[in-house]
Amino acid sequence: MAPRLLAAGDDPVRPGPSTPLTIDVDGEPVTGIRGQSLAGVILAGGTLALRRTSVHGGPRGVFCGIGVCYDCLVEVNGQRDVRSCQRRAADGDVVRTQYDPLPEAPEGDHA
Amino acid sequence: MTAVLVIGAGPAGLAAARAARARGASVTLLDAADELGGQFWRHLPASRPASNERVLHHGWDTFRDLAETLEFDDGCRILRQASVFAIETRGSGPAEVHIVVGEADGAGRDRLVLRPDAIVVATGAHDRTLPFPGWDLPGVFTGGAAQALAKSERLAVGERVVVAGAGPFLLPVAASLAATGSRVVGVFEANRVPALVRGWLPKPWQLSGAVSKGGELAGYVSGHLRHRIPYRLGRMVVGAHGTDRVEAVTIAAVAPDWTPIPGTEQRIEVDAVCVSHGFTPRLELAIAAGCALTADRFVEVDAGQETSVPGVYAAGEVTGIGGADLALAEGTIAGHVAAGGTLTDAELQRPVRRRTTFTRFAERLDAAHGIRSGWPAVVTDDTIVCRCEEVTYGQLRQTVSSTGSRSLRALKLSTRAGLGICQGRVCGRSVETLLAGCQPDGLLGDPVSTDRRPIAGTIRLGELAAAPTTALPTTSTPSPSIEGTP
Repeated sequence: MAPRLLAAGDDPVRPGPSTPLTIDVDGEPVTGIRGQSLAGVILAGGTLALRRTSVHGGPRGVFCGIGVCYDCLVEVNGQRDVRSCQRRAADGDVVRTQYDPLPEAPEGDHA
Repeated sequence: MTAVLVIGAGPAGLAAARAARARGASVTLLDAADELGGQFWRHLPASRPASNERVLHHGWDTFRDLAETLEFDDGCRILRQASVFAIETRGSGPAEVHIVVGEADGAGRDRLVLRPDAIVVATGAHDRTLPFPGWDLPGVFTGGAAQALAKSERLAVGERVVVAGAGPFLLPVAASLAATGSRVVGVFEANRVPALVRGWLPKPWQLSGAVSKGGELAGYVSGHLRHRIPYRLGRMVVGAHGTDRVEAVTIAAVAPDWTPIPGTEQRIEVDAVCVSHGFTPRLELAIAAGCALTADRFVEVDAGQETSVPGVYAAGEVTGIGGADLALAEGTIAGHVAAGGTLTDAELQRPVRRRTTFTRFAERLDAAHGIRSGWPAVVTDDTIVCRCEEVTYGQLRQTVSSTGSRSLRALKLSTRAGLGICQGRVCGRSVETLLAGCQPDGLLGDPVSTDRRPIAGTIRLGELAAAPTTALPTTSTPSPSIEGTP
């Protein structure tokens, strides 16, 4: 069970012809349609977790979907901290999920 | 010629831009998105236009009319993918508006400074989702996220979906999910029949002018029947469950103040849940411009939609949550007055009447669906409250108890709640409520709020350091006013 794109033939809004695109997500190819956000392409590819959190290492995915919550940050073509719900996917985009664990304090260092 | 800058291209901003043009102003209309329409009229992009887009929208023809009028008008410059990150006021003169233009969160976007004669702030609102255990799991979305992905990509966020929270917005969320191929297993509204009746019924004659709004809601309700979606009152999501993603939710009956009633829990298997309890106005630009707020924290405006700062106007959800019809009326008034018109002008008589009608309607919706004071009962010690900094309710409670502090500012600094990358946009108001609830008398001691953000949008340091491009002239190219009035 996963998010999925509605097939154009079933769609009451009758979308025009679509142009396919492929992006690379952590080394795996994921296909989508021109005009989709990066978050939308990744979600429709069946992945809900877009990053891991720094404190607990927990998974996070799209939450607000309109650029407010910053939970969907990914690295795109070498550029970090891009809200994937706000960036339209381009064919060939290289996406890396982000995980920045907090540095551990050295033993005995209470500074 | 007066130069008017309209910030936000949703219903209020589009109406403001058209009214200002009709009054003869030169207009710059900007929006962070690359399509016009705001969240309300989100739609498939130009790269994949739909021939029957209107089935997903209320007032689609109004949108097309506004957008086409402005797009073909040389006197209206439209800046897409433009984010305002600061507004500087200098004395009583016009403000300096700092903008970056380019791909969302890109590096090296163009910096632009505008000095308009008047500004219309039409920045809208975003979902307010109250924290509950498990709300940070992937697969938990706001209603707005489900709506945005359905409308602008035709993507259903799940196959078996629960919609929950409070307010009439839950209905269009469920309707667009159903129209995008999801099975909506239930819509759960936390308020109960008596509250809805109290909010809706006391003065039904006030609704006579709001029939189109009533029609919209009636349409959603009949749409629900058609799709056989159960609509349950007095129920709330009290937990989302799963390891790496949501797999189930627990729904419970709640008292009129939203305190969950023990023993009523019901577990439902889902692959997505969409939760919204209302809306938070996007105030940062109005605050940056120095605008005063009302007691319930919207932008304060006078009858001409002018804020406490001369030359700065506000319209739409930033002045009170009221929906698209109210936003259109307020935007028309704001644009007309910002361009030098007055409230008594003939072309404002209809929008002024409509504003009165839809304001009353909004007050009654809020009375029926507003957030009730018992909601914190659902939050447990290990519930994450601040999603960005991963601060739990237990940490908030312990920090208040160990420091004895009553200061929101101090408690934010010691817990880091609200200080992460979203800058408290998601959790700010909930953090305030929860921290106040930890105090013996339920009150925080300092008069600050989480709404103030000196940098109103994200910008990379390199972009901030770069010199802004020369301000584009907003007054130098007079062009004929467009014909007709809104």
